[in-house]
Amino acid sequence: MADTTQTEAVKESSMLKQKAMIAANYDALTSTAETGRKVASTFVPGNLNELIMCFDMLNNLPEINAINNGMRKKSGAMIMDAEKRGHSEDVCTYVKCDLGMMSKGNLAPNGKPMPAPDLLMLSYTGCFTFMKWFELLRHEYGCETVMLQVPYEGDGKITRNMRDYVVKQLKEVVIPAFERVSGVKFDIDRLREYLRQSAAAEDNLVWVLESAKNVRSPIDAYFGGVYYIGPIFTAFRGTQDAVDYYRILRGEIEQRITAGQGPITPEGDMAEERFRLVVEGPPNWTSFRDFWKMFYDEGAVVVASTYTKVGGVYDQGFRHDPEHPLESLADYCLGCYTNRNLPQRVDLISKYVDEYKADGVLINSIKSCNSFSAGQLLMMREIEKRTGKPAAFIETDLVDPRYFSAANVKNRMESYFQMIEQRRKGTTAAA
Amino acid sequence: MKCYVGIDLGSTTTKAVVMDGQGEVLGRGITNSRSNYDTASRVSKMEAFVSTRLTLFRRSLQDIPGLEEGLNELLAALERNFRLELFLEQLQDLEQTCLQNGRDLRFASRRKEIATALGAIFETLREKLAGLFAPDVERKSDFFRDLAGSEYMQVAERVAKDGGIDYEILLNLYDKSIIEVENRPPSEDLDGKFMQALDRVLREGQGSGVANEAIQQPVRGALGVELDEAYVVGTGYGRVRLPFPKEHIRSEILCHGLGAHLMYPATRTVLDIGGQDTKGIQVDADGIVVNFQMNDRCAAGCGRYLGYIADEMNLGLHELGPMAMKASKTVRINSTCTVFAGAELRDRLALGEKREDIMAGLHRAIILRAMSIISRSGGVSDQFTFTGGVAKNEAAVRELKKLVKENYGEVTININPESIYTGALGAAEFARRAGEA
Repeated sequence: MADTTQTEAVKESSMLKQKAMIAANYDALTSTAETGRKVASTFVPGNLNELIMCFDMLNNLPEINAINNGMRKKSGAMIMDAEKRGHSEDVCTYVKCDLGMMSKGNLAPNGKPMPAPDLLMLSYTGCFTFMKWFELLRHEYGCETVMLQVPYEGDGKITRNMRDYVVKQLKEVVIPAFERVSGVKFDIDRLREYLRQSAAAEDNLVWVLESAKNVRSPIDAYFGGVYYIGPIFTAFRGTQDAVDYYRILRGEIEQRITAGQGPITPEGDMAEERFRLVVEGPPNWTSFRDFWKMFYDEGAVVVASTYTKVGGVYDQGFRHDPEHPLESLADYCLGCYTNRNLPQRVDLISKYVDEYKADGVLINSIKSCNSFSAGQLLMMREIEKRTGKPAAFIETDLVDPRYFSAANVKNRMESYFQMIEQRRKGTTAAA
Repeated sequence: MKCYVGIDLGSTTTKAVVMDGQGEVLGRGITNSRSNYDTASRVSKMEAFVSTRLTLFRRSLQDIPGLEEGLNELLAALERNFRLELFLEQLQDLEQTCLQNGRDLRFASRRKEIATALGAIFETLREKLAGLFAPDVERKSDFFRDLAGSEYMQVAERVAKDGGIDYEILLNLYDKSIIEVENRPPSEDLDGKFMQALDRVLREGQGSGVANEAIQQPVRGALGVELDEAYVVGTGYGRVRLPFPKEHIRSEILCHGLGAHLMYPATRTVLDIGGQDTKGIQVDADGIVVNFQMNDRCAAGCGRYLGYIADEMNLGLHELGPMAMKASKTVRINSTCTVFAGAELRDRLALGEKREDIMAGLHRAIILRAMSIISRSGGVSDQFTFTGGVAKNEAAVRELKKLVKENYGEVTININPESIYTGALGAAEFARRAGEA
């Protein structure tokens, strides 16, 4: 999500703000030896940042470290290192990148070593690899590990029972573990205050994401979107910083709409909007810029994406609720995109196609992601049937540079755009 | 006359189609892509214009009294002789290039022997290879490299043995030179070559019964028609290499869809199996692509799969299909990896399975993979058109028909003898629409 190495691109205030926030968080993480602060490691989907903050602890997200390493072209060597030590080619490359990072000194982007976690906080929200990943980390660090069992939305809804079950675990297992590790007593009013700030930031995030409903979208909700979700998906949800960030961001987007501008790209403002797409699946991080370029060079804007919902589906109405703090944390975990079943995903994507007036859907299937690649072809067929819009299917990877074949992806994307163009023009102008 | 050209730069071969303003195909040309798309595109276009001239000759000669029955023979002889002229020119170029490369400093002490050996080799080649263009001779390939190459090796081996010169040197000279020759365009004077070819044909007595002048004049007239390249559209994997502006480039998906529609207007599903990709395309009543899917990162199950197997078995690509047709059963072979399929093949041979039966299994494996791509694109609708190099393979076609019937019931399956030009045809039609608009 948050890349700290972008160079040529013009920086807007929100970008500078986010960059400073990320740098400060890495500085806090890498100076725990001096400050004595405790660290919890957790994942983006089901990330309980407000709760972690209640115990004065820092939040370290291994996925984000892997993304950072992918964008800074360091993941390839890390993955090779993990494979050398016996991890199979088929294993999730976030995992291997994280393990490889550890064996290469576990350095943060500021060049200082990351701290060992004091607590591994696993919210299990649909990705079974997370469980295996934390088993490996527990083996490595031998620290306290808590697993929050979040029931999968197999029937497509959250029941009272499911919510109660999560809340009960929060009360009986998760909070006591945090108290034990941090030595800080849980204060529900402190949690309420953080959740209030979360909700304020979430309102503006949703406004920003929905600005793509404008025809001539002011944002790219995938390539740009991954930056916009940065603070709310990571260590900043519930902070004043996040509230400020989203307020600034919203102001910038409002200005873009008024000025009739399209999305910002690494090469400046996008000239013309020719195609509007909905994208399912994460971006490829190792060739992020090249991949993005294949879109903006053709005038293609992503108007909605599911990846920007993996850490919370806020645009469908959910907000963290200070009046029901633990229940809303439960609802948040239960409602993450990763915890939704296939029919719900199909519903969401089809809805996006209609509401965002998209020309089609692209599925970027992840070679090393066994949890979420299954069922994507079926989803594709169903979405095509419901919306009447064509879907394209490509295969790349998260952070393994070996699995991004630029020539093939470009070839398919170009063909796809030309097909949409031809369909749009119809027979008379089929040339 | 205004000509519209479509060029399809494939991973294995490059194809060109020339079309007139009314959408009628005037000529087709094909060449090997030789990792040099600029040359491949130029050569295939030249071939298509040669074929266009032949079409114009036919048009100008078809009403000449007394020639009706001999016309086809005359045109065939003319083409053969024209190709011979081209071939001899290239052979001469090859000889000169080999000699030139033989003057390299590495061979300083052996220059004389090399020149003598090359002289002997090319003399033999000229004699032997001219026969390739005699009537009723079936050539194994249309590409200069293939025709000259195998013969050169054989002759050079003999010359080396007799002349006491190292065969490796001769081989080395050939390898270096053939690349240069292949990538050099033939001399521009195609008209001159046509007239020389015609002279030879007439000397040999073709077109008898009609006065020479009655033939020469219309041919000259047809040569005088200026072929104006009004608009060119490129497609295929190498399309970004074409020196065209972006609007002259179309994806191969759209071109294959439209090409198949032009060949069979009732087409709704197109399967194209090319060298490195397999495409399932759905088109509407106007040939507009409504959906498509291609193989993703892996090229197993494409044309190259068969090429690899042919190499493994020391067979020519065109021999695989006929061998598979002789099978009495189908041996199960996996289709997910080309290289592993090679290993499986050796394993089955070791287990005593017959080559024919294994071949049948390999063809089935390719088609099974294609079926999965078609179903991803939306299945098979009537009519179904099969294109690409693999459509020429009868065993692949047989498996396809079987599997289509099993999965989708009775469907009309179209396979055009010119199906390899489907992409180029669609591209030419796009060029025509753009130019006539």
